[in-house]
Amino acid sequence: MSEPLLKVEGLRVHFPVRGGLLGGEIAVVKAVDGFDLEIGVGETVALVGESGCGKSTAGNAILGLTRASAGKIFFEGVDLLGLPPAERARRRREMQVIFQDPVSALNPKLSIATSIGEPLAIAGIASAERRARVGDLLDIVGLGAAQGGRHPNELSGGQRQRVVIARALATSPKLIVCDEPVSALDVSIRSQILNLLMRLQREFGFSYLFISHDLSVVRHIADRVAVMYLGTIVEDGPAERVFADPRHPYTQALIAAIPLPDPRAQRSRPDVPLDGELPSPLDPPKGCPFVTRCRLAEDRCRVRRPELTATGAGTRVACFLRAPSRGTVP
Amino acid sequence: MPADPTPRPVLAVADLVVEIGGRAVVDGVSLEVKPGEVVALVGESGSGKSLTALSVIGLLPKAARAAGGRALLDGEDLLAKSEAELRAMRGRRLAMIFQEPIASLNPLVSVGDQVAESLIVHGEASPAEARRRAVEMLRRVGIPEPERRARQLPIELSGGMCQRVMIASALVSGPRLLIADEPTTALDVTIQAQILRLMKELRRERDTAVLVITHDMGVVADIADRVSVMYAGRIVETAPVFDLFERPSHPYTRLLLSTIPRLDGTRKADLRTVEGTVPDLAHWPAGCRFRTRCPIADAGCAAVPAMVAVGPEHTSACRRLDRLEEIG
Repeated sequence: MSEPLLKVEGLRVHFPVRGGLLGGEIAVVKAVDGFDLEIGVGETVALVGESGCGKSTAGNAILGLTRASAGKIFFEGVDLLGLPPAERARRRREMQVIFQDPVSALNPKLSIATSIGEPLAIAGIASAERRARVGDLLDIVGLGAAQGGRHPNELSGGQRQRVVIARALATSPKLIVCDEPVSALDVSIRSQILNLLMRLQREFGFSYLFISHDLSVVRHIADRVAVMYLGTIVEDGPAERVFADPRHPYTQALIAAIPLPDPRAQRSRPDVPLDGELPSPLDPPKGCPFVTRCRLAEDRCRVRRPELTATGAGTRVACFLRAPSRGTVP
Repeated sequence: MPADPTPRPVLAVADLVVEIGGRAVVDGVSLEVKPGEVVALVGESGSGKSLTALSVIGLLPKAARAAGGRALLDGEDLLAKSEAELRAMRGRRLAMIFQEPIASLNPLVSVGDQVAESLIVHGEASPAEARRRAVEMLRRVGIPEPERRARQLPIELSGGMCQRVMIASALVSGPRLLIADEPTTALDVTIQAQILRLMKELRRERDTAVLVITHDMGVVADIADRVSVMYAGRIVETAPVFDLFERPSHPYTRLLLSTIPRLDGTRKADLRTVEGTVPDLAHWPAGCRFRTRCPIADAGCAAVPAMVAVGPEHTSACRRLDRLEEIG
């Protein structure tokens, strides 16, 4: 395999919790705690897991929106965290982000053309060239150049998300982080936006880091998937393999919990109940992070943390026991 | 397990009209829920599904008013009740759970007291007895260490646990009808699975009638016996759950089901789309309101379509059933 576009090694994002009389550090939230990820050129890698697992924090650390406490983030072979700030900011212009909520992502006072042109203005592109580029971008995302004078409140949720996508494309990024890009949209609009995201990637060849809790969407759009639990990756591999034959007990429970939109199939599936609660990241379990909810856990799982290990089927699993195959979904 | 079709419905909504500023945002909705039956009301934002539910329980926002029709709970018209009468019924005979448990719980009252409250308010139990039953109900909905948890405030509990607390307080008096408005939308899938399992157990054990409002076809496939699909203020199709998924008989239902990425679908392929966007209230077309996005609509669709029977208990408001197959 050629050099990956993005390679993250040992990423940690720890937030100090201050308190007490003197406001000193009394605890540390380990939101991301030892995280490795690779994204190839033109590839879509999905990061999945439940709320609080650290997937958005990991995405933000890669984008530089949150400070990494430790680790390396190689972008085209260069460790961003080792660069001087100005150079790092310049490199990061090649990464863009699409958030869940297109309403708060756009300034309501600006026309959508101005919003889309903003990153170009920051990059010092002259206004005539900018106007032409914004027109192209509006066409590319299916809104049409003539719509540029409209304001966000005149647009539907799906149209606003198209504006956000156009803005992300403005500087021709190599990596786009999509954080729950369709979760806030109506069901009938989601497939339009997913198709647009897939088409743009085919046309321009950039990579996606696709953060989502919606596993049906992830299975559809991702080449590879990484499953996060309590700040670390517990299973990763080609999306097809991970979904067809999940081997970490958490991945199995997660996939089994998605209700299938087919009543006969859904009602004949075996239950893989996952009881209990996500442990507090302030006080994570020793050993395997999943040990408190795992139906297979043994003594050694309570003592030592399992490393991600190849399964032989092209996936990697951080589990000493590797749950037996449950066969193909559904 | 579909409910016995013979018993009288617990809830019978007929020709319900809800207006906001003189416009009918819910426009002639009819549906029934029988004892022990789960009926799903499916639709996108602005379809009127939540306003339908809120008018049944008498909690419409100030700007909206029920302007026509009936909503009978065991034969009594809820729309004709005074606020005081409705308050006396809420909790005891009908209860509702909402999407945001945190917003619906009182942050300053222990969760045990909140669950016990409806028993005390309605004089069904002494405070001590009510607290005992509240702890029992918390255990029933899967809250670990319920005695200890009962003394905690909502903020000390996770979102999934708060949702279970809300369900416990909705069910503690054994209501005849439970209305659940997007009960799992804000929750993670593993917690959602727990809540859905719980709702299925409770309706089986207590014969509670459940009206669940959702946009998630997976949730519908998991728990509903019958389904009504709403679009722009009207029900466009009603069917038993298996029929709805196997023989969707309204173009909107058909398209909606085909746009969803499936766990067994072809990866990376273009997904089916519904063209255009959900029209806002001011732009609802005359006649069939889906016709502006419908691939098989013709000039005749400018007239309001009648609900026609397409199978046992299966109705559709489409006059081009002959061309349905063209949608695929």
